[in-house]
Amino acid sequence: MKLTPHSRFGAVALTGALALTLAACSSGSSAEPGATSGAGDAPAELSGSLAGAGASSQEKAVAGWIAGFNDTYPDVAVSYDAVGSGGGREQFLAGAVQFAGSDAALKDDELEAATERCEGGEALELPLYISPIAVVYNLPDVDTEHLQLSAATIAKIFNREITTWDDAAIAAENPDVTLPSTGIIPVNRSDESGTTENFTEYLEAASDGAWPHEASGDWPLSGGQSGQGTQGVIDTVSGAKGAIGYADASRAGDLGTVALKVGEEYVPFSAEAAAKVVDASPRAEGATDKRLVVELDRTTTEAGAYPLVLISYSIACSTYADAADADNVKAYLTYVASAAGQDRAADPGVAGSAPISDDLRTEVQAAIDSITAA
Amino acid sequence: MAVTTTPPPRGAAPRPSSDAGDTAGAAARAASTGRLAGRVFGALSTGAGVLILVTLAAVAVFLVLRAWPALTASREELEAISWFNGGSVAEYVGPLIFGTLLASLLALLLAVPVSIGIALFISHYAPRRLAQGLGYLIDLLAAIPSVVYGLWGALWLIGRLDPVFAWLSSNLGFIPLFADYQAPAKNIMSASVVLAVMILPIITAVSREVFLQTPRLHEEASLALGATRWEMVRQAVLPFGRSGVISASMLGLGRALGETMAVLMVISPGFLFSFFLLKPGQQQTIAANIASKFPEASGLSVSALIATGLALFVITFVVNFAARWVIARRAEFSGAN
Repeated sequence: MKLTPHSRFGAVALTGALALTLAACSSGSSAEPGATSGAGDAPAELSGSLAGAGASSQEKAVAGWIAGFNDTYPDVAVSYDAVGSGGGREQFLAGAVQFAGSDAALKDDELEAATERCEGGEALELPLYISPIAVVYNLPDVDTEHLQLSAATIAKIFNREITTWDDAAIAAENPDVTLPSTGIIPVNRSDESGTTENFTEYLEAASDGAWPHEASGDWPLSGGQSGQGTQGVIDTVSGAKGAIGYADASRAGDLGTVALKVGEEYVPFSAEAAAKVVDASPRAEGATDKRLVVELDRTTTEAGAYPLVLISYSIACSTYADAADADNVKAYLTYVASAAGQDRAADPGVAGSAPISDDLRTEVQAAIDSITAA
Repeated sequence: MAVTTTPPPRGAAPRPSSDAGDTAGAAARAASTGRLAGRVFGALSTGAGVLILVTLAAVAVFLVLRAWPALTASREELEAISWFNGGSVAEYVGPLIFGTLLASLLALLLAVPVSIGIALFISHYAPRRLAQGLGYLIDLLAAIPSVVYGLWGALWLIGRLDPVFAWLSSNLGFIPLFADYQAPAKNIMSASVVLAVMILPIITAVSREVFLQTPRLHEEASLALGATRWEMVRQAVLPFGRSGVISASMLGLGRALGETMAVLMVISPGFLFSFFLLKPGQQQTIAANIASKFPEASGLSVSALIATGLALFVITFVVNFAARWVIARRAEFSGAN
């Protein structure tokens, strides 16, 4: 009786099932379509089941990937249980699932457990889901495509220090815009979420101390407007003039979106700008050519990079005990990393994420190719 | 989980009594149309009666067992949960219990007078054919799933309540209850309005059945003494129906206490002991909080949520006990005998 993405997931699963039957009809006559570019050889006949669990942030993208993957490999039953990042990593390390989705990288003690789980091999951590977060506002009378705001101004707005839209700080950044004297209504997520965590992380890192709270998946202030889930935030912001909130960029709809101050420029969100900040960011300490963990540089000055993004990793093993598991994971991740897979998730009807850049794809594919059976 | 009350025919008992199993068994025995059939039916109904008790006990045991890790956890362990306010389960659940009771009682305050009005209209004022149609309509309302009410509240009602609340806040804002309204109307008052609409049908349906059972002689005696229709209602119908209305209200309260989706979708939650009815981010109910936090919870945080569920279980138990007690105490004065 809950309104969760499960119903949508069901619909996608149904579509997948339809696609599966269609693919089965056509497969006899011609070569398999969508042969994967990186693997080099023709897709082998794969079958069996492939289970994943983890972050709900990438749930819709995974649903799209499963459907796309099944177009090529209809006999592999892929499932993804959105139990949350921590739960996904736990299940993966316990060997209950073959891959996990996680908004955070594996912790040190988890890495040790991963070596054991991976038959002495290493864990793969691949940044395959990049989702730009938009700061959305409801000011229908303001005649500009994007309001321009720095992280410090946004921090003060959400910390309720700036309370009207014609405040000097906002006006200074938007000299050509006539701002109304409407009161500002900040809206946050009421449930714990990776979106909130990344947003507060950005404010903490980039606002020069204007954001006094610690980064957390749970909103630090109380007594304000909030919404349940992405749609709840969008509905709440849409519900009152002067409201401002943050949500997955793909769901912004008719609301205005803020161009963030990066260096001396203002950058509105776009898929390219989101992928760019990932490329411009350094790798985290301890990252290897298999564990492509990105230390997001929220304070980047790279031209045209949009620093307010959420990265969700796909976690897998470099070595599996079972050869079928190794082949299935390899084929699945290859599809996910491919241009086709990334574009599928980028479709606003699927997840509206930002496709990874070609450079990152090359690195990711090299890591995927290292997957073997023990 | 819609509570459907199929209206019994005129003159029948309004609600099945709790010892239905015994009387049914006794009736079957008295009929003596076959000892075996009687015994089988008796056993079946006894079994059904026992089953409900077993289920209840199982739920209670489950709640206690699963809540136990949180109830016995140390302060540090609980504070490691990112959304946990306060140092113990009791401190965490306190504001939630407050919010749950406040939302439900407000809803009751709004719904009961309207329900009594509708029930009286159907039972004593409306022309017979209209009354019948209206009765069915009310029963139909009770069957609408709560998520639909939630959607209606979140997408339609909030926008309509906005000017009302803005007026209240600017004109009566000196009363703390109505101070500091902030649009959109995602506050506990909106949630209570949605809850009131949700519990209206069940209160109306039960009240109507009780009012219809007012002894004809009482009503006619009152009218014969020269009473107007309103005086007759006041003298004969309302005193007779009082205990029925109370039990109807308690049924409604039970539904309001446990309501999840409608509150989840309407309210901007907060964790304060706050009587600001129009301010966002002040209160939250137990059921909505569980639904909001559960999808990402694991380990101890699940236990903490189940502990709040245990609190809700106890509250509903207490409310129902109180209702039974009120009814039992009033029964002798109601004129039903």
